[in-house]
Amino acid sequence: MGLLNKLDDPYYGGGIILGKVEDILNWGRSKSDWYLQFGLACCAIEFMAMNASHFDFMRFGCIPRTSPRQADFIIISGTVTFKMAERIKTLYEQMAEPKYVISMGSCANSGGPYWEHGYHVLKGVDRIIPVDVYVPGCPPRPEALEEGMIRLQEKINKQAIFNKRKRLAEEEQKELIISN
Amino acid sequence: MSETKKVEFEYSQIDSERMRLNVGPQHPSTHGVLRLEVELDGEIVTEVVPHIGYLHRCFEKHAEKMTYPQVIPYIDRMDYISAMNNEWPYVMGIEKLMGIEVPEKVEYIRVIFAELNRIANHQIAIATFGLDAGAFTPFLYLFRDREFILTVFEKASGGRLLYNYYWVGGLAADVHKEFKEDVLSIVKQVRETNKEIADLLIYNKIFIERVANVGILPADVAINYGCSGPVVRGSGLPFDLRKDAPYSIYDRFDFDVVIGHGEVGTVGDCFDRNIVRFHEMEQSCRIIEQAIEQMPMDGDVREKLPKKIRPPKGEIYTKAENPKGELGFYIVSNGTDKPERIKSRGTSFVNLSVLPEISKGYLFADLIMILGSVDIVLGEVDR
Repeated sequence: MGLLNKLDDPYYGGGIILGKVEDILNWGRSKSDWYLQFGLACCAIEFMAMNASHFDFMRFGCIPRTSPRQADFIIISGTVTFKMAERIKTLYEQMAEPKYVISMGSCANSGGPYWEHGYHVLKGVDRIIPVDVYVPGCPPRPEALEEGMIRLQEKINKQAIFNKRKRLAEEEQKELIISN
Repeated sequence: MSETKKVEFEYSQIDSERMRLNVGPQHPSTHGVLRLEVELDGEIVTEVVPHIGYLHRCFEKHAEKMTYPQVIPYIDRMDYISAMNNEWPYVMGIEKLMGIEVPEKVEYIRVIFAELNRIANHQIAIATFGLDAGAFTPFLYLFRDREFILTVFEKASGGRLLYNYYWVGGLAADVHKEFKEDVLSIVKQVRETNKEIADLLIYNKIFIERVANVGILPADVAINYGCSGPVVRGSGLPFDLRKDAPYSIYDRFDFDVVIGHGEVGTVGDCFDRNIVRFHEMEQSCRIIEQAIEQMPMDGDVREKLPKKIRPPKGEIYTKAENPKGELGFYIVSNGTDKPERIKSRGTSFVNLSVLPEISKGYLFADLIMILGSVDIVLGEVDR
């Protein structure tokens, strides 16, 4: 990134970085996302391949955590049945803010091959938890998941951190105006 | 000096409270979404109750609603680690019902892909088993090799994991020109890596301490529970459908059935189940080499594909040796293009049922190893 180029130049930058606190915080946050180690179905095998030698997920700064309390984001990798859906909601609620969700594969996006006759398959995980990035495919290639991860990093980079209450109040007022 | 009174007791006299512990459905060692309800006496497992159904995807319901070729993708998604093997018994059953003779070339390609997928499955099984024991390096080595196998699958079928490649009467597409060279280079690579894995993991002192004499499954219990595949072969029974009830062209190849001998512990422990998988990879390599040698390269793999798949009224049970054991399909046809009913005998489901029997009396940490050595896939347990 541009930051590192500045460090090389002893006269111009002089090792001093000027920037908004928000940007620097977001830069750090987006480059060290820890995920909840959690596999559901077929996509979990591709997710394992993503963790292994050829694709190396850890170069995005992603480290697997086995507890939702320590995780920044969760990858819903596979078919969500009704029986599993309540567990996923519990897991999501146990995660600390700020938290993100990547929905991996057709099953988690919309029910996939089970959308028509799957009598107890949840038709899309976004019916129970908010999803940030959808990765299509059945199952998606690890390259597709990499793209999804880059999209998530972009999203985190653009996020506003400060004056949350003020922003929320403004948004509420806007909504009120629209609804009225 | 006052006399100190020594309190003597035996372990069995201590009456400790039993603890009930839930393992899963979100747990890194349950290999999916399995929930185990464990009763513990101190750290010793006294009872295990597997709770399944977290990945039930209603295969039989789909089989009622879809036409025969449309069912194949759902069979892929049952045991998603070895999808090529899964399709085979189903396709074979319909071929038998309709009386289709598949061409020679198709049979050879099917054998080669099935054996390659067996290697890929055992690579995952050994890698995750090592991961349960805390060995991360073999996981990286084995997954590196698995990618080469997936590349060949991808060149033929277009899919990395789920293929929809074995069709009734033939294959979805022909193999590429350099197929034989690619496969032989994979076989060479697998053998090289297996030498490394033997030093790194299989005969590692730390690993042996962890898995020897743990989760002993006697042969009679294995038979009573209906186990098959490496689980029953680890107990010393040479039961392999490729030898016992040869289907397709398996009678043409020379290979051995690997069984467990109790090299470092008792026959039927976790080590034996793992070593069976390890040596089976070598046997698969031998079959692939022979098949590559005999395989004709000219010929059309799609020439016998029927235009309308409408098997005559009747029913059939076909079985094949999956990497995890015997996979069978019971197909009932009513003469239309949709099956009346398809019942599948899921290997992992049957193998999982033996877990409560063999994990009693071991430490809780050993339960994780026993579960890993049985090698289940939850997609096939719940279906």
